[in-house]
Amino acid sequence: MLDRDEDILKAAEDWQKAGHGVALATVVETWGSAPRPAGSSLVINDEGTFLGSVSGGCVEGAVVTEAMDVIQSGKPRMLEFGVADEAAWNVGLSCGGTIRVFVEKVG
Amino acid sequence: MKLEILHELNAERAARRPAILVTDTESGEQRLVKAKDFARDPLRAELEKQLRMGKSASVEAGGKKLFLNVYAPTAKLVIVGAVHISQALAPLARSLGYDVTVVDPRTAFASPERFPDIPLVAEWPDTALPPLNVDAYTAFVAVTHDPKIDDPALLHAFERGCFYIGALGSRKTHAKRGDRLRAQGAKESDIARIHAPIGLAIGAVSPSEIAVAIMAEITAVLRLPPKEKEEAA
Repeated sequence: MLDRDEDILKAAEDWQKAGHGVALATVVETWGSAPRPAGSSLVINDEGTFLGSVSGGCVEGAVVTEAMDVIQSGKPRMLEFGVADEAAWNVGLSCGGTIRVFVEKVG
Repeated sequence: MKLEILHELNAERAARRPAILVTDTESGEQRLVKAKDFARDPLRAELEKQLRMGKSASVEAGGKKLFLNVYAPTAKLVIVGAVHISQALAPLARSLGYDVTVVDPRTAFASPERFPDIPLVAEWPDTALPPLNVDAYTAFVAVTHDPKIDDPALLHAFERGCFYIGALGSRKTHAKRGDRLRAQGAKESDIARIHAPIGLAIGAVSPSEIAVAIMAEITAVLRLPPKEKEEAA
């Protein structure tokens, strides 16, 4: 991947400096036909505004919800989405892949 | 991610310097390793491999699960010479993810009709090249066949440490080019860096096939480890 997160990391820094709580979600592992490669990321602020993507739309809603908790607690967490996962029935990947997403607070 | 790390990472990216963010995905601990510090890092081999491939990945080291997030600048391709080969090379390079610029002082060649949607600079190399910020993440090819244009361009590419430098011409043409560049102060090691004849030897005939050979060679230099690179050449 070449320089794909230009706006995302810049937004993370800008939002944090503007006084927002900010979290960063990053795809750290993929299996099968995952829609976005490892390293793809999503930045979320405490108003629920987000930029970027970790799955091309399938699980962003769930990631944003988890990110809100991470902004509150400050503790990073690992999320897993895929057909083998129970959550898949709610917010799964239609492509049949599995991804692990690391969510961390910025600042 | 600590704000200092994020700030440092953004500064490296803005300066087009590669870096890898190493995250312990269990503890959340992180450190940023700049490319210039890879050589003395305990994860040296993994860092170098992932950067070369431009690919982020999870690895296990010292009983820890680490995620290596690779931040590599977008590679550039500067094509000196708005010739027929360049008309095939520019869109091909772009489809491979390169930022492409074509330079040729001859306005009849460097015309938007011949290069739709490709940034063109119709100036001599000494004027055209400095603003392009040619750097170590730039592949540089000189294909005009005209020493007045190719030679100064190549001298600029040496100075900027481009990861790939190629020039069109037979071995005989290239030997003469070497003599001229030497006379203009180029080092032997610089001249040895020029890939000439340009492109992998795939028997390319048409301009499009030569473009494929050139991009194959650039890809090999970018992605292969040093040893395999020698074997491919």
